Amino acid sequence: MKSGSATEHRGVTEANGFESDRLAPLEERARGADPSLVKDLLEKMLLIRRFEEKAAELYALGKIGGFCHLYIGQEAVAVGAISALGPDDYIFCSYREHGHALARGMDAGAVMAELAGKATGCSKGKGGSMHLFDTRIGFLGGHAIVGGHLPLAAGTAFAAKYQNQPRVTACFFGDAAVNIGAFHESFNLAQLWNLPVVYVCENNEFGMGTPIEKASSIDPLHERACGYGMAHTAVDGMDVLAVREVVGEAVERARRHNLPTFIEARTYRYMGHSMSDPAHGTYRTRAELDEHRRHDPIKRLTSALESIGALTPEAFEESDAQVRQVVEQAAAFAEESPDPASDDLHSDVYRD
Amino acid sequence: MPTLAYREALNQAMSEEMRSDERVFLLGEEVGAYNGAYKVSKGMLEEFGPKRVLDTPISELGFTGLAVGAAMAGLRPIVEMMTFNFSLVALDQIINGAAKMLYMSGGQCPVPIVIRGPGGAAHQLSAQHSQSLESWYANVPGLKVVMPATPADAKGLLKSAIRDNNPVIFIESEVLYGMKGEVPEGEYTIPIGVADVKRTGKDVTIIAHLKMVYVALEAAAELAKEGIEAEVIDPRTLRPLDERTLLDSVRKTNRAVVVEEGWPFAGVGAQFADLIQREAFDFLDAPVLRVTGADVPMPYAKPLEHAAIPDKARVIEAVHRVLYRRQAT
Repeated sequence: MKSGSATEHRGVTEANGFESDRLAPLEERARGADPSLVKDLLEKMLLIRRFEEKAAELYALGKIGGFCHLYIGQEAVAVGAISALGPDDYIFCSYREHGHALARGMDAGAVMAELAGKATGCSKGKGGSMHLFDTRIGFLGGHAIVGGHLPLAAGTAFAAKYQNQPRVTACFFGDAAVNIGAFHESFNLAQLWNLPVVYVCENNEFGMGTPIEKASSIDPLHERACGYGMAHTAVDGMDVLAVREVVGEAVERARRHNLPTFIEARTYRYMGHSMSDPAHGTYRTRAELDEHRRHDPIKRLTSALESIGALTPEAFEESDAQVRQVVEQAAAFAEESPDPASDDLHSDVYRD
Repeated sequence: MPTLAYREALNQAMSEEMRSDERVFLLGEEVGAYNGAYKVSKGMLEEFGPKRVLDTPISELGFTGLAVGAAMAGLRPIVEMMTFNFSLVALDQIINGAAKMLYMSGGQCPVPIVIRGPGGAAHQLSAQHSQSLESWYANVPGLKVVMPATPADAKGLLKSAIRDNNPVIFIESEVLYGMKGEVPEGEYTIPIGVADVKRTGKDVTIIAHLKMVYVALEAAAELAKEGIEAEVIDPRTLRPLDERTLLDSVRKTNRAVVVEEGWPFAGVGAQFADLIQREAFDFLDAPVLRVTGADVPMPYAKPLEHAAIPDKARVIEAVHRVLYRRQAT
């Protein structure tokens, strides 16, 4: 994050009909929130963290192949945003999408099995880490060409409107995607045709190893939406409740008024771009990484809850232990699952 | 049987399918108020309204990707490319998106979409507007590639394409839009993946698609005067390819000439030649010859353009060579 809390980031114009009240401190919002919801958000973030740690371990053991992009550090974005969606809403993601799949409620075993290339994976072992799909929960993929899924998200939003269905599409992508043509064409169409889509840019400050200041002519990135007359705002992406609230407003706006919104969630990834590059030492320093870790989304929520007496260290440990067990079971399921059959090579190319 | 222009046949196919299936809609540049750059969608805005006939900005990547997403959500979009040259800016959405979605989702996400418009050269449109890109698309698993040469084929195949549950690249021809032909009345479809014998013969097989069918037929008529009976096969669908009809013909005639408007290197004709040598080697009495577009960007000047596109004379010359005959003159 270039600056501190969400309160400094929210600059949506009134003309776009987007409320621009400033957020109260996290403690205050946590106190006002439904305790079971807050517990669920915390546990989902923890699940993603532990899952990704396990994925890194399995990758190092050669049990996961290909490219593997971890989400550690960014958990509050997927968890907060997806908690604001309804069960029939659509989700599109980039290739860093394990966290979104888990946040949406995809079975951790099916995700891990997909990473391991097993027949029981959510995409039958044909997609891998970058192409997680589960249409039953509206999870329409991990997509691995930067920005390539932004038009698809406009398309499901178009279809919902065409069919008079109150379904919203949420589309997640990284900061590097704002510089590719698909971003601009999608934004133009989404606003021109009033489509119910929420575009969430997860600004983790680097496109692979290239910092934003070397890639974008404008920062803050959410101001890109001005060129299309689209409502836009930034949110502290390390604050799960702030993300939930801001995305929730955008989702309502999409559902009620068929209007798109662009949200820039400021966040940070702790690991390398993928498993093939180090967390620090090339394009960023250890000190920089450590500084960001001070704003860790899980720690921040935990501290806030502890400070208002809504969480004890014991309760946290209990949640963590449960989550670790889910992850161990997922890893065991992936390990024990069969490889895809050779017959599967040629299936699913065409649909009869 | 009523006579329709090729563009009218396409219009009928789209309109009939839109009347019977609310999920079908048309989008593209100028398809609405302008009635289509080549008037293929004439009257459709009036009949179906702006919800189902959508004028888009000049934004092929954006609206093609939007259509792919709409197909993922259960609609059946028809995307009109003003010309297939412009599909190049939408290639990522077609190849990385439409073609692969079903496979990489493990069978969860079919993409029933038709991307249609004219391909190939017209008249002096020069390098960026005169390209035959069918071999590019036919290379990609997950796509179907259809190229109708007659009004009847255009109607029957487009209706099948719209009903197909896969992405279909449907390439028409600017110079065929005005061509008239008989089209069966009523419900009329042609299955994708079935070739058509446009002329029967016993001495040589000429394989040609889209407007090269007419070049092949002209050549066949000329050859008949010298007693050579050429069989002209129009695959109509390049992917999936009706291998059997092609091979049956070559097994009968023992000689084949493949005509295509596109560039020679890795063109679709190379695929046909591969098929024939592989599956009918023992039946061949001569090497398979190809007549292709020149290996150059399309020039503007009329004589150069003519020299770049296969014509009757070059097809006749190739037929003479596979028959080991001297040319007439």
